[in-house]
Amino acid sequence: MRDIQQFISKTVSDAVIEQKQKFTVTVAPEQAYSLIKALHDNEELPFDYLISLTGMDWEDKLGVIYLLSSSGDLSKEIVVITATEDRDNPLLYSVTDIYETAHLNEREAYAMFGIRFINNPDMRRFLLSDDWKGFPLRKDYDGNPGLNPITIVNKEIVDIAPRIMEDAKGNLIESTVKVFEDDDYIVNIGPQHPSTHGVMHFRTALNGEIVKKIDVKSGYIHRGIEKLCESLTYPQILHFTDRLDYLSANINRHALCMCVEKAVGIEVPPRAEYIRVIMDELNRISSHLLAFAAHCNDLGATTAFIYGMREREHILDIFDKTCGGRLIINQDVIGGVMFDIYTDFQKDVKAFIPYMRDKLKEYDDFFSHNPIVLRRMIGVGNLSFTDAVSYGVTGPAGRGSGWSCDVRKYKPYSLYDRIEFKEVIRTEGDSYARYLNRLDEIEVSLQIIEQLIDNIPEGNIVGTVKPVLRLPEGQYFQSVETGKGEFGVFIESKGDKHPYRVKFRSPSLSAVSVMPLICKNELLSDFIGIGGSMDYVIPDIDR
Amino acid sequence: MNYKQPLELNGLLLQLDLFLRGNLPPFWASLIEGLLILIAVLAAYAVIALILIYAERKVTAFFQARLGPNRVGKYGFIQSIADMIKILIKEIIHINRVDRFLFYAAPFFVICASVMAFGAIPFGQGLQAVDFNIGIVYVLAVSSLGIIGVLLAGWSSNNKYSMIGAMRSGAQFISYELSAAFALMTIVVMTGTMQLSEIVENQRYAWNIFNGHIPAIVAFVIYLISGHAETNRAPFDLPEAEGELTAGYHTEYSGMQFGFYYLAEYLNMFIIAAIATTVFLGGWMPIQIKGMDAFNQIMWYIPSYVWFIGKTAVLVFISLWVRWSFPRLRIDLLLNLEWKYLLPINLVNILIMVLIVLAGWTLTDLFPILFGN
Repeated sequence: MRDIQQFISKTVSDAVIEQKQKFTVTVAPEQAYSLIKALHDNEELPFDYLISLTGMDWEDKLGVIYLLSSSGDLSKEIVVITATEDRDNPLLYSVTDIYETAHLNEREAYAMFGIRFINNPDMRRFLLSDDWKGFPLRKDYDGNPGLNPITIVNKEIVDIAPRIMEDAKGNLIESTVKVFEDDDYIVNIGPQHPSTHGVMHFRTALNGEIVKKIDVKSGYIHRGIEKLCESLTYPQILHFTDRLDYLSANINRHALCMCVEKAVGIEVPPRAEYIRVIMDELNRISSHLLAFAAHCNDLGATTAFIYGMREREHILDIFDKTCGGRLIINQDVIGGVMFDIYTDFQKDVKAFIPYMRDKLKEYDDFFSHNPIVLRRMIGVGNLSFTDAVSYGVTGPAGRGSGWSCDVRKYKPYSLYDRIEFKEVIRTEGDSYARYLNRLDEIEVSLQIIEQLIDNIPEGNIVGTVKPVLRLPEGQYFQSVETGKGEFGVFIESKGDKHPYRVKFRSPSLSAVSVMPLICKNELLSDFIGIGGSMDYVIPDIDR
Repeated sequence: MNYKQPLELNGLLLQLDLFLRGNLPPFWASLIEGLLILIAVLAAYAVIALILIYAERKVTAFFQARLGPNRVGKYGFIQSIADMIKILIKEIIHINRVDRFLFYAAPFFVICASVMAFGAIPFGQGLQAVDFNIGIVYVLAVSSLGIIGVLLAGWSSNNKYSMIGAMRSGAQFISYELSAAFALMTIVVMTGTMQLSEIVENQRYAWNIFNGHIPAIVAFVIYLISGHAETNRAPFDLPEAEGELTAGYHTEYSGMQFGFYYLAEYLNMFIIAAIATTVFLGGWMPIQIKGMDAFNQIMWYIPSYVWFIGKTAVLVFISLWVRWSFPRLRIDLLLNLEWKYLLPINLVNILIMVLIVLAGWTLTDLFPILFGN
């Protein structure tokens, strides 16, 4: 990192470089773009992966925290912070032309903080309706319900996007741009639609049956979780993570627990770590099974859908017996786990492993080589390596494009540095690669469980935790590998018992943001199939 | 050779006919018979639909490791009836911006086409409402009327999903109609008649599928595929692909209007299977072996309508099996399958059949002692 330090000082002379939990660089708004561009283009270690873009309100300033990483080595991370003091008309430079994933994230930052990004081609609010009054995540937001009354009248969707562009001379020009052309045949896929896997709204312009353009609208189940977190104590915000990507509920929760534990310095007993990882892997299998099932259902194969659900039921039964929950299991708590495993836990899990292997073979025989399946998946929805990195598509989908992006390998947490497992990578980048990746990862998860299940140490399940937790002042990051990809937690603390700001990095948001790209010029049926292969969960996006 | 047929219904029907004609002027006798047949056909239509729905749900459940309906009645037997009552009393939701006349007329096209084709099927010895001398052409003609209802529904619903569904359906139906017709024509070439009763009669000792061996088997397979496609069921359910178009052309329909589409879909599945049975598998004719009178007599003890229903049920089961095993085709794959594979194969197949008939290579011509009528 010393080289990088020199590199940054050379590029931007007055950058403030600190070594906090992560390597942190603070720069002025005008220089942020050129610094990020230089980091991205630097040949030695290109920081070409924008993990998260977090809007911030420090009361005196409004700003953005960029967490950058390198696609070649995810363990290298840089935090870039920039902020403006202008609260009435905060303007920052967009990094959309460097990282495509920034587009939706910047629109979200605009909706939540009112920060507008110069040169972002489409500056509509994301997650909130166009006429929302106020910026909810600002500290001085007026939450009076009278300001934004609930309407029971239909609102027409306005397909005109404002934007603010800089011309060659450096003048800022405000303009609007039409999202669709006047004679486009637009079909609303969602928000109430069986194949959007939640309340997602794709405005789709069709040319015959061929998808011409997709506009992503989200926020139909936005619950303001990040705002809610700011008024609750750390143990109280744990359960929100379960309700983001509810299919990887336990893994999300693991991330938040670890983030707090690392910040406070809580030791987690080994027994709890084992239970956590086993539960995580079971959770991952169930998530992949549901992804397989839903993908098959999207392709019209209802029987395969039921098969996936049938196997998943066994995992849910194990969860049920352990802690009473089936989908959202509330297992992890700060310092350990809430429930110890039950007497026959090991027996049940060991019985499940050969059963699951048997069924994986059945999927292979029944579905994976069906000629219709092959025709509908191979070469459909091609996502190149460069695009996967630029859009930040991680998880099985990113690994289907040849990107080695398993957080468990690069930033090992919990027990993962002690476990042997293979990272499943395919280079085809099509729906079929993503589909096979998930099935193969189920097998990898089974192997991980096999290594742990007989060695669960005796001891406590919760470490010593103070009744009132106060995180020391600072910024804390934690990433984990969920069923969908890299899930991140960011906490900024002012030393209080409440977090000052919490941000969740959602893998599904990246998966959805890449949909317009990979579905372009595909048939409508394939758009649905590709959606299934990307496996996104909407509450994870809406937060 | 006359065999005893204790359970056949044609004697009973003959008695009824004689009774009516003996006591009434010919016009009234015909009218009453016509009405009775109408009632019988409609009742059979409804009852077969109910049975099919129940059977499909149970068979599907079996394929999908589920139980299927098991609450209403023993093994859920009366689930279908409960569903029927529910759909009959359901409110029909009136949609504001539809083309009213066409919207309400569309389901009737579908159901009428289906009932008309249903009426021409020979269910058993003497159990056929109309026996045209061009029976096959008639069945093909009326069953293709149904597409009008689908297109009208899609157009008049004023809904984009419906519209796309209807357009897909149009393309699909017209394509596969060709294959289905050509497959049946292959058999017409062999039998030399289009009358369904004669076709059945001709298959006394050799079913058409065996009689015409290679081209007949090819025609049978093509007919099953294209017939399956015509019924809009998976993997050919693009017009109503629920994952893509919510419900395709009938998205906006509710209550019994939707019920008509649902009913017609199930009955079309049955009609396709019934025609395949009649044309390829000997129809209601029991299995008979020339010269083995004892065996034949035993076979004749089983009434002809049971034979018919049995053979049809096997084909319906195959249709369900396909439906629940395959994912949905995409529109380009679907049209490729028809225009690039099925249709050329079909045309060549007819030619081969013509050659076989001319050269006298059908089984009845080759082995008249075993199979000749």
